[in-house]
Amino acid sequence: MLIACPYCGPRDVAEFTYQGDANRPRPDPASTDLDAWNDYVYQRANPAGPHREYWQHSGGCRSHLLVTRNTLTHEIAGVAFVRSAPVPATKPAPAAPRKRPASRKAKP
Amino acid sequence: MAEYSVFSLLRNGFNANRDWAPAWRKPEPKAAYDVVIVGGGGHGLATAYYLAREHGITNVAVVEKGWLGSGNIGRNTTIVRSNYLLPASIRFYEHSLKLWENLSHELNYNVMFSQRGVINLAHSPAQSDDFMRRGNALRHEGVDAEWWDRDRIARAVPGLDVSASARFPIVGGLMQRRGGTARHDAVAWGYARAADRRGVDIIENCEVTGFLRDGDRVTGVRTSRGDIAAKKVAVAVAGSTGRVMQAAGIDRMPIESHVLQAFVTESLKPTLDTVITFGGGHLYVSQSDKGSLVFGGDIDGYNSYAQRGNLPVVEDVMSEMVALFPGFARLRLLRSWGGIMDMSMDGSPIVTKGPLPGMYLNCGWCYGGFKATPASGWLFAWTIARDEPHPINAPFTLDRFARGLVIDEKGQGATPRLH
Repeated sequence: MLIACPYCGPRDVAEFTYQGDANRPRPDPASTDLDAWNDYVYQRANPAGPHREYWQHSGGCRSHLLVTRNTLTHEIAGVAFVRSAPVPATKPAPAAPRKRPASRKAKP
Repeated sequence: MAEYSVFSLLRNGFNANRDWAPAWRKPEPKAAYDVVIVGGGGHGLATAYYLAREHGITNVAVVEKGWLGSGNIGRNTTIVRSNYLLPASIRFYEHSLKLWENLSHELNYNVMFSQRGVINLAHSPAQSDDFMRRGNALRHEGVDAEWWDRDRIARAVPGLDVSASARFPIVGGLMQRRGGTARHDAVAWGYARAADRRGVDIIENCEVTGFLRDGDRVTGVRTSRGDIAAKKVAVAVAGSTGRVMQAAGIDRMPIESHVLQAFVTESLKPTLDTVITFGGGHLYVSQSDKGSLVFGGDIDGYNSYAQRGNLPVVEDVMSEMVALFPGFARLRLLRSWGGIMDMSMDGSPIVTKGPLPGMYLNCGWCYGGFKATPASGWLFAWTIARDEPHPINAPFTLDRFARGLVIDEKGQGATPRLH
């Protein structure tokens, strides 16, 4: 399997580190919605077919990449820098964020 | 009456093997069954057998997309052991090992279960401590485990590089003498025949394309050979769990499908009479009765349904093999293949009722499905027949992730590629 790194060009898969499913909507860090966190941490769509996933070119330019790869054939349809690709929508926190305690405010 | 005996072998030997009956029928699917099991692999067939034998439920169909045993039951490296760390896992796999010990007799089918011992090699003081702790946990649960030092391993396993100059010098190892190997195809065929003799219909080339529903309740399966109604539908499809559950309307599961490769070499004379695992990386090797070395290592590490892997893992596995047994470097590889692992989020299986009413689920076997085959079938059959889990599989639920009750042997977290 070759992954065409947008910076380095096509390189062997051995140079890359897999970082998993790129379709998981991450809850807002302030969220206390347990279902949303469970969904983010543990649940996967695990499709047989096109799969959007993160790889890092750890043995090369170290860029984080968003790869679209077919899990049935290992064919790669597209590679992009993660920074230029849309990330899955963040789920907003359901409750209003708590007020920070006054003591944490930075003093002028 | 034993169907395979020395007398039947002799009789068929003298008349050109004309008297053998097919080991199982090829029935047409009926319109309805008490239980339909999706997946004709080891676990599905074992479930059907124990449903009939332990619970008297014989109006059962096993539907299989391809031919019987075409999936992971015929693709594994045939290792059987129960040397886990956590009590829930130890009890599960020890139950399995006990069933293995009587399996050939029970099925009247030689599954060639050979308790040749499994040695997990340790390569550092820290790893020794870790393995000794696991040994103590096993003995605490009444399971056999022995600590072997380097010299004892060197005497028992000729050819192993035990020198201090090895890249990962061998310090010792944890031996489970009751572990070993079995003939994987025979397990599928033995369970299939035994289930068939008790009235179970095994329907091959019958792909499940959807589920019959009555509201939330699952009332049967839609297949490439017509609809089949069922009071209970049991799913045991390993790497295809995601696809089958999506057909049931469950879009997300705590499972990722990954490809695992396995390898056999050309045959050689008896040279290795135990199962050896490498602690410096990930390798497990044994010698088959035909003489080939059967071995494997890590999964490729990315989602895949392709049943074939890539070369970096091949290189990795070979280098580990040669690091352990320098003399094997000159062997030629005969075959390699891939199977699709249902990697769960904590590395432990799921054997449970649900997630929909009328449905039962058996999945998440990661690398360890073969050794679990008898217990998986036995416990799944119990769960289906009684509508509640046996105490041994009660911890292996689907909701344990949400409830924080994960059974994570490696302490690796929700990273399936690392389990």
